[in-house]
Amino acid sequence: MYILGISAFYHDSAACILKNGEIIAAAQEERFTRKKHDSGFPNLAIEFCIKQANIRPSEIDNIVFYEKPFLKFERLLETYLAYAPKGFSSFAMAMPIWIKDKLFQKTALIKEFNKVLDKDINWNDRLLFSEHHLSHAASAFYPSPFERAAVLTIDGVGEWTTTSVAIGDGSDLKVLKEIHFPHSLGLLYSAFTYYTGFKVNSGEYKVMGLAPYGEPRFADLIFENLIKLNSDGSFQLDMSYFDFATGLTMTNKKFDKLFGGPARVSETQLTQREMDLAASIQKVTQEIILKIAKNIAKETGEKNLCLAGGVALNCVANGILTREKIFEKIWIQPAAGDAGGALGAALSSWHLHKNKKRTITSKQDSMKGCFLGPKFKDDEIEGEFKACGAKYNKLNDNDLIDKVASEIANQKAVGWAQGRMEFGPRALGGRSIIADPRSPTIQKQLNLKVKYRESFRPFAPSVLVEDVDDWFEHQNDSPYMLLVANVKHDKRRIMTDKENALFGIEKLNIPRSSVPAITHVDYSARIQTVHADTNPRYHSLISKFKEKTGFPILVNTSFNVRGEPIVCSPTDAFKCFMGTELDILVFENYILLKDEQDLSLIENYEEQYELD
Amino acid sequence: MMDFLKEMWHFLRVRKKLWLAPLIVIMIMLGGLLIFVEGSVLAPFIYSIF
Repeated sequence: MYILGISAFYHDSAACILKNGEIIAAAQEERFTRKKHDSGFPNLAIEFCIKQANIRPSEIDNIVFYEKPFLKFERLLETYLAYAPKGFSSFAMAMPIWIKDKLFQKTALIKEFNKVLDKDINWNDRLLFSEHHLSHAASAFYPSPFERAAVLTIDGVGEWTTTSVAIGDGSDLKVLKEIHFPHSLGLLYSAFTYYTGFKVNSGEYKVMGLAPYGEPRFADLIFENLIKLNSDGSFQLDMSYFDFATGLTMTNKKFDKLFGGPARVSETQLTQREMDLAASIQKVTQEIILKIAKNIAKETGEKNLCLAGGVALNCVANGILTREKIFEKIWIQPAAGDAGGALGAALSSWHLHKNKKRTITSKQDSMKGCFLGPKFKDDEIEGEFKACGAKYNKLNDNDLIDKVASEIANQKAVGWAQGRMEFGPRALGGRSIIADPRSPTIQKQLNLKVKYRESFRPFAPSVLVEDVDDWFEHQNDSPYMLLVANVKHDKRRIMTDKENALFGIEKLNIPRSSVPAITHVDYSARIQTVHADTNPRYHSLISKFKEKTGFPILVNTSFNVRGEPIVCSPTDAFKCFMGTELDILVFENYILLKDEQDLSLIENYEEQYELD
Repeated sequence: MMDFLKEMWHFLRVRKKLWLAPLIVIMIMLGGLLIFVEGSVLAPFIYSIF
């Protein structure tokens, strides 16, 4: 039995296919259309899923959409009514769109299925809808390695829900509590994303990366004015400071007055104030998540916690939650945002609608390392490289691993594409840019010459799971780069008084450990543990690098430039390789050196993508 | 359209939100009008209502 899950029409469209409950394939539409956070109907992702499952469209038993449009419409109407006559301009803008398109989403979906799949099938009978936060909860619990767990979902907003607590038991999943719009931790964080001059729905991780440069001097102000946190972890926002319920921006003049000025204009100089604001909202978020988690543990007595929803991508908060040991084990859905809703929608249908039993076969989760996207065969790779005019060599596994490890140790930046593409926002060694973590200059070099992004942004380490404990204050697995932990004291460099006195962005240029490229200014690192069973080739590469240098760590950042979706195909990889100052490209067993390429193929890549 | 109306009616009953029905009807009529006159000479007059 095949179930297709879909998320679309808001943010990060995606598709996923299950075969008898097993996840066969999942991918975001942006990877195919090359449009970041593409929210259109995911026809290319669906086509990929069907091809990967090797079935005809008629074999799909159900298609499940990740949220309920009528319920969302109800929230919009009631919100506008509650705030009327305020918000009339937003209402006048939103309603024609809803009436023209979104309210008739079922009809629109069926039309698309007829176009993309098979027009002779009555898709109306096979189409189901799941609730947004139930989709998130299902994506967190069902693939987890736990028989029982509490499930916490936190995001901006779904239909009504912004935060939910559920209990998963075997194949059952029951929602216990919900916090409803407009009271939203995700939207509070997004308000500060907007206020610090970043794009809402994509700049949140920049705020998180900026936080360690600042002091949380506004945290008390936030708690005293913007949000009322109750003893059970529930919260209410004071909506007089926000504009998102009815307006076209996140914050208003009262918010500006409270924080002493207007929002930063995008792409202008970052000041200590933005860093302090970022540190403050990060601290507030962490405190709220901890309080919610403590209350869930107290009320449910569960030993395990599963997390999903956009806020679950806040790996600093996740790291603290893990270290606090409120729960024995925590599992976070790697595609925690809306793309993962496609997976959750399909899984909720399998277990809750069709009442199929859930079997946990191993201690591992069922995400297959998150490598659920397309893989390319040798003839496809050669064909695409030839069409691009690329000059390449093919090496056997041992020679390739040895050569790449040596080049990285020689400070070369490598574009590394292997096996199936990752599902979700993180590159985990399937479509990554990798480099030497020992280099004190590589962070700046990668940020400015390869990724074309802000210089303050940190890079994450991929570390062999066997060695994680030697290098980081972290003992458990973190295969999806969703936890932040500190570099161990014995690996840190002792700072001079002068260095300690540095402020904000000045801290960036001071090496803080023997692996400066992945050590953030507060000694933290967003860890990815690399496992031989789920990520064998990447594991071999890091092992070889360790053999040559004694360091079981590589810098790992997504294979893309700012504003570009992570590369998918050999053509995408070659274009990014030629458009940036990457030295080497490796796609499966094919290796391309920049020095050997036709320089006339270099194009201005930096300006091809809209800044995120 | 009939399917849509049936589903919307069912939704409002299940959610005990029948009081929203008149509002939705008015909105759909106005919205329909907006879509219908889009690009026509009447558009500026209709948009000014909003």
